Amino acid sequence: MARYFAIRIGRAMITIALVVTFAFVVLRLSGDPALIIMGPEAPPEVIAAFRKAWGLDDPLWMQYFDYFGAIAKGELGRSMRDGRPAIALVLERIPATLALTIPALLLKLAIGIPGGIFAALHRGSLIDRAVMIGAVAGFTVPSFVLGLVLVLIFAVQLGWLPSGGQETWRHAILPIVTLGIGGAAVLARFTRSAMLEVLGQPYIRTASAKGVSWRAVVLAHALPNAAIPTVTIIGFMVGTLIAGAVVVESVFSWPGVGRLLVVAVANRDLAVVQCILLLVAATMVTSNLIVDFLYGFLDPRLRNREAAGAH
Amino acid sequence: MTAPLLSVDRLVRTYRMRAGMFGRPREVCAVDGVTLKINRGETLGLVGESGSGKSTTGRLVLGLENPDAGSVAFNGRRLPAMDTTEWRASRARMQMIFQDPLGALDRRLPIAAQVREPLDIHAVGDEALRTARVEELMRSVRLSDDVGQRYPHELSGGQRQRAVLARALATKPDFLVCDEPVSALDVSIQAQVVNLLIDLQAELDLTMLFISHDLRVVRQISRRVAVMYLGRVVELGSADDLFVSPQHPYTRALVSASPTPGARRGERIVLSGDPPNPAAKPAGCAFHPRCPSAFARCRTDAPALVEVAPDRSVACHLTGPESHATVALGAVA
Amino acid sequence: MLQPLVSLDGLTVAFNGVKVLDGISLSVGRGEAVGLVGESGSGKSVTWLAALGLLPKTSAVSGSVKLEGTEILGASPSTMDRVRGGRVAMIFQDPASALNPVLTIRRQVGESLALHRGLSGAAIHAEARRLLDLVGIPDAERRLSAYPHEFSGGQNQRIMIAMALAGNPDLLIADEPTTALDATIQAQILELIRRVRRETGMAIVLISHDLGVVAENCDRVAVMYAGRVVEEAPSAELFDDPRHPYAHGLIGSLPPIDGPRRRLTAIAGTVPDPKAMPQGCAFAPRCVHAAALCGTKPPRLRAVGENRRVACVIDQPVRATDIIGQAAE
Repeated sequence: MARYFAIRIGRAMITIALVVTFAFVVLRLSGDPALIIMGPEAPPEVIAAFRKAWGLDDPLWMQYFDYFGAIAKGELGRSMRDGRPAIALVLERIPATLALTIPALLLKLAIGIPGGIFAALHRGSLIDRAVMIGAVAGFTVPSFVLGLVLVLIFAVQLGWLPSGGQETWRHAILPIVTLGIGGAAVLARFTRSAMLEVLGQPYIRTASAKGVSWRAVVLAHALPNAAIPTVTIIGFMVGTLIAGAVVVESVFSWPGVGRLLVVAVANRDLAVVQCILLLVAATMVTSNLIVDFLYGFLDPRLRNREAAGAH
Repeated sequence: MTAPLLSVDRLVRTYRMRAGMFGRPREVCAVDGVTLKINRGETLGLVGESGSGKSTTGRLVLGLENPDAGSVAFNGRRLPAMDTTEWRASRARMQMIFQDPLGALDRRLPIAAQVREPLDIHAVGDEALRTARVEELMRSVRLSDDVGQRYPHELSGGQRQRAVLARALATKPDFLVCDEPVSALDVSIQAQVVNLLIDLQAELDLTMLFISHDLRVVRQISRRVAVMYLGRVVELGSADDLFVSPQHPYTRALVSASPTPGARRGERIVLSGDPPNPAAKPAGCAFHPRCPSAFARCRTDAPALVEVAPDRSVACHLTGPESHATVALGAVA
Repeated sequence: MLQPLVSLDGLTVAFNGVKVLDGISLSVGRGEAVGLVGESGSGKSVTWLAALGLLPKTSAVSGSVKLEGTEILGASPSTMDRVRGGRVAMIFQDPASALNPVLTIRRQVGESLALHRGLSGAAIHAEARRLLDLVGIPDAERRLSAYPHEFSGGQNQRIMIAMALAGNPDLLIADEPTTALDATIQAQILELIRRVRRETGMAIVLISHDLGVVAENCDRVAVMYAGRVVEEAPSAELFDDPRHPYAHGLIGSLPPIDGPRRRLTAIAGTVPDPKAMPQGCAFAPRCVHAAALCGTKPPRLRAVGENRRVACVIDQPVRATDIIGQAAE
C-alpha cells in the first residue's frame, strides 16, 4: 500500500517538474523580460543592467539549475516588476480566485449532477432532450463569450448587476455563473451517461426482481455505482480550482490568480509565472491522487486486488 | 501404420501473472505436460471445463504460441518458430475456427472478400482461379450466393460461422482446430454446423482437433477423445467407449453432469468443492480435492497417463497398473 | 380442480409495435417444476419478465397473469414490489454481473429479508448466515462482509439463490441459471435447486435452451417458438414422443451420448424476424410437413391426450422415427 502511494507521488513530482520545465523554456525563448518590463524606450545600459541583475545573460541550462536549486531551498524567486517574492504575490491573490471557483464548483455539482440523473431516469423524454441540448450549449460556448453575453444582458441592458471589478458581493454573481455553467453542462452529460450505463446492468434487474422499489433501486443500487466514474470528473474540476478562472477573471476584471498569470506572462515575469504553474500543477496532481484514493472506497473491486486475482 | 499428422510431446505452457499492480508474480501453468497424437483424417475431441488448458493447447498445437517445454511436430517436422516466413507459409496448412464468429470477421468487409483473403495472402493461382474458388467454398459450406456480398452483421450466427469455416478452408489446409465453434449457437443451428463439419471432413480428408465443453457434440464428431483437467490429460480413448464407461473419476462426473433426456444411466455424481484455479494447483493429482475416491497417494503423487486397455489411457492411481485389484466403479476412500 | 399457483393467459408483449410474445397460456401448480425450452427469439425469458412487470415502460403488455386467482398484470408498483421476491422470485444467467459489485453480500441478502420478512439488525445477520449455509457457501460468517467479485461463478449463483429464498417465495423462476457455468458446477447448482425444492416445496419454472437440463429437472415441459407455446407435455412423454414438428426437430438435433451415431436433425432455415412474422403458423416455412392450411392462421394449442397440448393442425401423431434421420438442409 505504501509502495503504491510512493510511486504515485513520485510520478506526480515528475509531472510537476515537466510542467515547470516547459514553462521555463517557452517563456525564455519567446520574449525578453528586460525589454518588456523596462519598456522599449529605456536606454540599452538600463536593459543590460536589468538582465545582469536577474541572471538573464547566463546560459539556459545554468538558469534552469539555479532555479531548481532555489526551489529546493524553498525560494521561489521574485517578481521582476516589483521585486517582491513571487510566492507572496500569488498567495495574496488566491482568496479572490477561490471566492469565485469554490461557489462555481458548488453550482456545477448542484445543477450538473441532479440534471444528469434526472435526464437518465427519464431517458428519451422531452426533459431529457432539453437537458442534453442545454448541456451541449453550455460547454460549447466559450467562457468569454458566455461571460460577455451575460454582461451584455444583465449589466448593460437590464442594469441589475455590475459588469466588472470586485467591490461588492454582487460583483461575484456573473463570474460565478459564467464559470459554473460550462462545468455543470459537462457534469450533466457525464452523470447521465454514467447512470444510463449503470441502469442497463443486470444487477439492476436483479434488484427489481427482489421487489426493491424503484426509488430504492436508484438510490441504493444505481447511484453508488454511477458515482465511480463521476468522481473522476469532479476530481478534475477540483484540480482546476486555482487555475480554472483565467479567462473569466480577465473578462470581469477580477483580481485573482488568473489575472495575475495573464499579466505575468505578458510581462515575461518569469518567477511569478513559474510559481503559479507550480502551484497549479501541484493542485491538479494532488486532486488526482485523492481521486485515486477515493476509488478504493467507492469500488470494492479495486481494494483488495490480491483476493480478486485469486479467482 | 502411417505416422500421425500431428504429434504433441510433453507440452508445457506457463504464464507469469501478477495479482494487482504490486502483488507477487505468480506462475500459472496452463498446460502441464500434454502428449497427444492425431492421425490423418481423424478428429480428436478435447474436452474440459474452464481452467483445463484446452484452448491453450489448441493454440500451441497451431504454433500460435510458443511452448515453454515440449514439442509439436506437424507432418513429422517441428513447427517453425513464430513470425518466420516458414511459419507464415505453414498457416496455409493449418487453420483455426473460434467460438465467436462475429469477432473473427472483419466488420467492414463483405463476406466474399474475407473468404478470398487467404488466397490473396498466399498468392494462390490467378484472379480467375481465386474467384472460382471462393464460389466453390461458399457452396461447400452451403451459403447461398447472395451471402457473399453481405456484411457480417447482416448474417445469422450460423451463417457467420460457416463463413469463417469457408475462409479457413480456402487454402485447403490439412489440419483444422475448432475451439468451441458451436457453443454460442442455438441448438438447431449447432446441428447444422456439426453436420457440415462432419461432411467436410469426409470430403476433404481433414484432420481436426475439436475443442469443446459439450460432451455430446464432441462425441458426435470425434473418433477419439481426450479429457483435460488443470492442464493435464486425465483420460484418453475412443469416443464410443469413453462416455459409456468412463474410468477416471473426473470423466465420470463430467458424463453425469451432462444430462440427457430419457432415462438416467448410472448414478448421479455431484462433485463437491470449487472449480479448479490454475494459479493454485493442488499437489499430487490435480483432481484430488474434489475426487470422491481420493486416497493418501493422490495427495502426493501425480499419476501418469497409462494405457489400461486397448485404446484407453487413464491418469489415475485407482486404475494404474499396480492397482488392478481396486479397479471398480465408485471405489471410495 | 386445484387452483394453479400462477397462470398466464393470452400474455402478449410488443416492443415498439413489434409483437414478440403472442398469446402465451401457461400455468404452474403449487410445488410443480415446469420447464420452458426454446431457442433465441422464442420469448421464454420475456414471458416471465412480463409476468413480473420487469420489462421497460415502453413495452406493451396485455393479457392476464394470475397469482392464486388474483390478477397481477398492471397492478400497482407497490403490489408488484411485494409480489416480486416475496411470492415469486427470479434468478438470472451470469451471476457475476447479476450481483451489485459495490454492495456486500449481507447487504444484498439482507435487503430481501428486510423487505419481505420484516427483519432488521441482528436478526438479518443471523438469517443471512443461515441462508448462506443452506446454499453451501463455506465460512458463511466471514463471507457476509465480502463482495461478489470475491466469489466464483458457481458461488455467486448460490448467493443469488440464497437471495431468492430470503423472501420465502412460492415460485422460483430460474432463467438459464447454469448456462454461464461449467458442467460440474452446473450439476452442483441443479442439485442445490432440487434439494431446496424438496425441503421447501417451492414451485419452479426452469428456463433453458438445454433440453437435457430441463428433461432431468422438470415434471412438465413447454416448448416455445417465435413467441408462442407450440407443445406442452409431461417431461418423459415429450422427450419420448414429441408431437410438434419443431419439438421433434429440436430433440433430434441433440447428439446422443451413447448408442449409434446418427445424422443430426438440422431444421432448415432460421427463426423468423418478429418484424416479419409469417401469417399462420410461425414454424410453417421450415416445417417438412407444412400443408396449405398451415399458412392461413396460427394454430391454437389443442389438447392431445390427457396432459398434452400441441399447437399444430396436423392430426396424425408424427412418429419420432419419421423425422430423426432426415437431414433437412
